[in-house]
Amino acid sequence: MTDATFNPETLKRNPTSPRTLFSLFMSGVAGLFMTMAIIPLFIILFYLLYKGISALNFQVLVQLPPPPMVEGGGFGNAILGTVIMVAIGTLISLPVGVMAAIYLSEFSRGQLASWTRFATNVLSGVPSIIVGVFAYGVLVLTFKTYSAWAGGFALAILMLPTIVRTTDEALQLVPQDVRQASTGLGANDYQTVLQIVLPAAIPAIITGVTLALARAAGETAPLIFTALFTQFWPNWDKLLAEPTASLAVLVYNFAIVPFKNQQELAWAASFILVLLVLLTSIISRLATSTRKY
Amino acid sequence: MTSLSDSSKIIKPRPVNERYLDNVFKWTAQIFALTIALVLIWITVQVAIAAVPAIKQFGLNFLFQSSWNPVKSEYGVWPAIYGTIVSSFIALLIAVPIGIGVALFLSEDYLPPSIQRIFVFLVELLAAIPSVVYGLWGIFVLIPFLKNFTPLKGPGMLPAALILALMVLPVIAAISRDAITNVPESLRQAAVGLGATRWEAILQIMLPAASSGIIGGVMLALGRALGETMAVTMLIGNSNKVSLSIFAPSNTISSLLTNQFAEASGMQVSALMYAALILFAITLVVNILAQVLVKRLQKI
Repeated sequence: MTDATFNPETLKRNPTSPRTLFSLFMSGVAGLFMTMAIIPLFIILFYLLYKGISALNFQVLVQLPPPPMVEGGGFGNAILGTVIMVAIGTLISLPVGVMAAIYLSEFSRGQLASWTRFATNVLSGVPSIIVGVFAYGVLVLTFKTYSAWAGGFALAILMLPTIVRTTDEALQLVPQDVRQASTGLGANDYQTVLQIVLPAAIPAIITGVTLALARAAGETAPLIFTALFTQFWPNWDKLLAEPTASLAVLVYNFAIVPFKNQQELAWAASFILVLLVLLTSIISRLATSTRKY
Repeated sequence: MTSLSDSSKIIKPRPVNERYLDNVFKWTAQIFALTIALVLIWITVQVAIAAVPAIKQFGLNFLFQSSWNPVKSEYGVWPAIYGTIVSSFIALLIAVPIGIGVALFLSEDYLPPSIQRIFVFLVELLAAIPSVVYGLWGIFVLIPFLKNFTPLKGPGMLPAALILALMVLPVIAAISRDAITNVPESLRQAAVGLGATRWEAILQIMLPAASSGIIGGVMLALGRALGETMAVTMLIGNSNKVSLSIFAPSNTISSLLTNQFAEASGMQVSALMYAALILFAITLVVNILAQVLVKRLQKI
């Protein structure tokens, strides 16, 4: 009968039992792994600050890349090239992406939408080098010249999945009441979408697009054999149908040469690229955390 | 009665052109949505067609030949395939346990929510750093550091795999964390109620319940690692030899493409397209499997 009496002591955790110790140990391991993941990030950021800032000044932003062993110079043409190609990429992918997302969140029912979302996810997993090879085949081989257009086209394909996904999510966050109110007042579907739903989702869409832009600016593999690189400013008479410099390819080219001055520029350009993603990530974080609807 | 007839006069049917506009808008949206799938098909067709001459000439031997000699027009991608698989495998070997550890650390209540959010952000940031910056850092910081206490002489498999691990870690961590937080809280409560310690609940209840999502995340990371280009090209040494040592230089399909494409012509372009097609096919299969697994997670 004594077996059945309840002994509250048995409910207490034994702090030295192997089970408790194992649990504590594993918690320590998880914390250790967390540290191991974060430390490299800080080391990388530290080196970028340390090597990047020291190489950064105003002339770096406006001058042309120097030849080996010559002091001075900068990467003004690479900044311009990156801006041009990211702009081309945005001009192509933004309308396609936003319209596709409008279809997904507003008009789609059933299978086609889920297949499109699936295709979007698969497209975002296509290696960037394959996109580069593809753009090379489509534009460079056809027009027989490396060009900012080919680079921008490749970037557009890389940005497309991100834009579709963020716009889709942003549109779905707009409450159904708003759409019903609009329809109740006699608006058409396109009026509801373009004048009511889309404006409501615009802040979130802009955040997503900026993030996609910042990521695209750092993409290197798709530009290496579509836009190539050049030491010179764009020749506007050629309508961008010529090799075009970009920050990302500059980092690659100058990282694998043994010349100190060019390596320093590679660090400075990396610093700018990372600063770009860092700022857009933080801003988008703040924007989405305060979003209310 | 009069008021009713009045209102029926005021509310007119929608004009035909407006209804027309509405349909045009819907159709345009639908066409753009189909564009995404079309792009995917277009990429496949484009790369496949460009690879046809090489496929005809080399056939499946292409996969197992080790020579890459544009002068003699002999092409084989065995060393690149070997390097791609081995570098991704080593990277996953490191990144999977750390990634799942991070996911658990950030889904349990170890940290107050506000600090936890900062850590989640920091891990995301790892994924946001451009690949070429990882490469630059690898060349000037990681490789000199590793040289101090390993037989590494310069670029090689080890630094490339380490950087790859760092790059795919956030993918594994983020998706595993989603999978773990999606496990119904009642399961954990039941386990704890039965007397399980925190880690007994994690290892015997939470992780098995989240396993399909975690495996999906790992597959996604694998796809990323297989196709990752810049950092690997800058760190792996680009030597077209199969070497069993992780300290020796090696090659991957993507680094082969990066190094050779700009100067290639004729059959070499086709051979490179063939290599690209192989990489594309592998990553496509891995990615589709990953999507299916992650999708199943969303249904729980």
